Amino acid sequence: MRRFALIAIPYFWLLALFLVPFLIVLKISLSDLALARPPYLPQWNFGDGWEALRAFFADLDMENFVFLSEDDLYWRAYISSLRIAVISTVITLLVGFPIAYGIARSPVEWRPTLLMLIILPFWTSFLIRVYAWMGILSKEGLLNQFLLWLGVIGEPLTILNTNTAVYIAIVYTYLPFMILPIYAALDRLDDSLLEAAEDLGCSRIQAFWLVTIPLARNGIIAGCFLVFIPAIGEVIIPSLMGGSGTLMIGKVLWEEFFSNRDWPVASAVAIILLLILIIPIILFQRNEQKQREAEG
Amino acid sequence: MKTHLLSVTATLALIAATAQAEEVRVYNWSDYIDEALLEKFEAETGLELIYDVFDSNEVLETKMLAGGSGYDVVVPSGTFLQRQIVAGAFQPLDMSKLPNAANLWDVIADRTAAYDPDNAYSINYMWGTTGLGVNEPKVKEILGDDAPVTSWSLIFDPANAEKLAACGIHMLDAPAEMIPAALNYLGLNPDSHDPDDIARAEEVLLPIRPYIQKFHSSEYINALANGDICVAVGWSGDVLQARDRAAEADNGVEVSYYAPDEGALMWFDQMAIPVDAPNPEGAHVFLNFIMDAQNMADASNYVYYANGNLASQPLLEEDVIGDPAIYPDEAAMASTYTTTPYPARVQRTVTRLWTKIKSGV
Repeated sequence: MRRFALIAIPYFWLLALFLVPFLIVLKISLSDLALARPPYLPQWNFGDGWEALRAFFADLDMENFVFLSEDDLYWRAYISSLRIAVISTVITLLVGFPIAYGIARSPVEWRPTLLMLIILPFWTSFLIRVYAWMGILSKEGLLNQFLLWLGVIGEPLTILNTNTAVYIAIVYTYLPFMILPIYAALDRLDDSLLEAAEDLGCSRIQAFWLVTIPLARNGIIAGCFLVFIPAIGEVIIPSLMGGSGTLMIGKVLWEEFFSNRDWPVASAVAIILLLILIIPIILFQRNEQKQREAEG
Repeated sequence: MKTHLLSVTATLALIAATAQAEEVRVYNWSDYIDEALLEKFEAETGLELIYDVFDSNEVLETKMLAGGSGYDVVVPSGTFLQRQIVAGAFQPLDMSKLPNAANLWDVIADRTAAYDPDNAYSINYMWGTTGLGVNEPKVKEILGDDAPVTSWSLIFDPANAEKLAACGIHMLDAPAEMIPAALNYLGLNPDSHDPDDIARAEEVLLPIRPYIQKFHSSEYINALANGDICVAVGWSGDVLQARDRAAEADNGVEVSYYAPDEGALMWFDQMAIPVDAPNPEGAHVFLNFIMDAQNMADASNYVYYANGNLASQPLLEEDVIGDPAIYPDEAAMASTYTTTPYPARVQRTVTRLWTKIKSGV
C-alpha cells in the first residue's frame, strides 16, 4: 500500500500538470473559432455525457491541423525554431563545458563561490537581463562604443534585432542550465580512474576523451535537453531582440493567440510543437535503455 | 489560544475583503495620462488605484476574451470595443452613477455610437488620428526641401523610403491601421473587408519592407525624440509627446506631426467596464472622475490628444485646442476615415499579410 502511494505521487503529478492541460489544449485545438468569451465554440462539454462525446468524435474534423499544413509559414517557423535551438544548444555546450570542467577541477574551497557566481544572475529578473543586453548590443550601445573607441570597427555594428542577438541572448540565458548538470556529473568523477588511464598509457588528452567525456555523458545530455527544449519555444528573446525576419514558432503562436484571436489554431500549433519535441525524446530514451540493457 | 487565532484569521480575512473593495484596477494605454491625476483620484475618493498599461489592442482583447482579467476599467479602441461588446466582454454603464456624462461632446459621441450603439457600454476617453511623425530638418536634408512630409508617399513611395532607410523609419505594429492606410493610398476603400482588396495592400507595403527599421507601437516616441529615426508612422498625441520631449531635452531634434493629405484614420479610445470587473462600483467612480471637465482637460494638456469632453474645451491650453494636429478643423475632419472590425476569416487574411510584411515569409 505504501509503495502504491509512493508511485501514485509522481503519476498524479504527471496527470495533473501534464496530461490534463494537454487534453484541454487538444480539446481547444479541435473546436471552432467563435466570437465569444472565450473565443471558441466547445463542440463538446465534459458534462454532456457519452452521447455528446460520440457525436463529437463522429463529426470530428481536423480542420485546424489541415490548415497548418496548407500554409508554409508554420513549417518554416518550426524548422527555423529547430535550427535556432540546435545552434544555440551547441554553442551553449561549447561555452558551458569548459566552465563546468574548470569549476570541477578548481580547489574544493572555491567551488561553492564559483557555483554561486553562476547562479547569481538568476536573482535579477529575466526581463531586465534581456533589456540589459539590448542596451549592450544596440547601435549606440556599450559594445559598439567600446569597439569604436578601440578602433576595431569604423561603423557601429548592427547586432540588435538580428538572429545573432537572439543567439547571444539564448546562450547567455540558458548557460547555467548547461553548466550545472555537467558540473554535477564531473564532480562525481573519480580521479583515480584518470590516474589509472594514464598508468595504462593514455595521454592526458586521450584520457579526457576516453574517460571524462563518457562519464560526463549523462550531464551533457541533461544540459542539452534543458537548453534545447525551452529554446525552441522561446518567445520573449526573439520578440525583444530578434528582427522582423526572425521566425520562431513561439512568435507565430503569439500572433495566432493575440492577433488572430484564433485559440483553436494556436492550440493546434502548440500540440504539433509538443509532438515535435516529445517524439524524438521518447525515441532517444528508448535507445538509451536498449543500450543499457545490452551493456548490462 | 484557539479562539484568539480564529479572531486573528477573521480580522485578516476582513482586512483582505475591505482591501479588495477599496481597489480600482485600471488598464490603459502607455504614456496616456498625467500621473498627477492618479494621485488626485486617490486623494479625492479614498480608493486605491492600481494603474497598469499596455501598448496593443490585441493584448487587451485577449485578456478580455479570456475573462478574469481582474481589471475594473479598460480602454479598447473603437473597432476592438465593438467586437468585444458582441462577445459579451463588457457590462452596460449605469448612467445614474455618471453625472459628469453631461460634459461629453455630442460630435464625438455620435461617431463612437457606430461602435457602441447608444454609447451604452463606454465613454470616450480620447481620440486622434494615425499619421506621420517627421524629423523635418533631417528629412529635408535627405529628400530636399520639397520632401512630401504631409503625404503617405513620404514612406509609401519606395524611392523615398529607400533614401530615408539609413536615417530610420518605424511603423506601428498595428495591421488594423496600416492596411487601411495602404488601401487609402491606393485609392481603395480603406475599410474594405474584401480579401482581394486587402491583398492589394501588399503592393504598397511589401516593396518598402526592407526600409522599415522596426514595427513597434510605442518605442517610436523615444526614438523620434532622441533623433534615432527620421520618420515614424504613429498616433498623433504620441508624436507630439516626442516633439515635446525633444524640446525639453534641447537636443536640436525637431519633430512634427502630419495627418496625411490623402486622409487619416480617426480612432477613438473608449473606457469600458469588463463584465467580470471585481469592483464595478469603483469603476463608475473612476469614469465619473475622468469625465470631470478639469480632469479631462489636465489629461489632454498633458498627453496632447483630443478628448470627447465638450466642457473641458475652455480649460484646454492654446497649444492643444488651437493645434490642428490635435483638434483638426472641419475640412480636415471631413477627410478622415474610420474603420469597422474585420470578421474572423478576414482577420486571418489581414494577420497573415501582416506577418508576410514583417518577416517576409
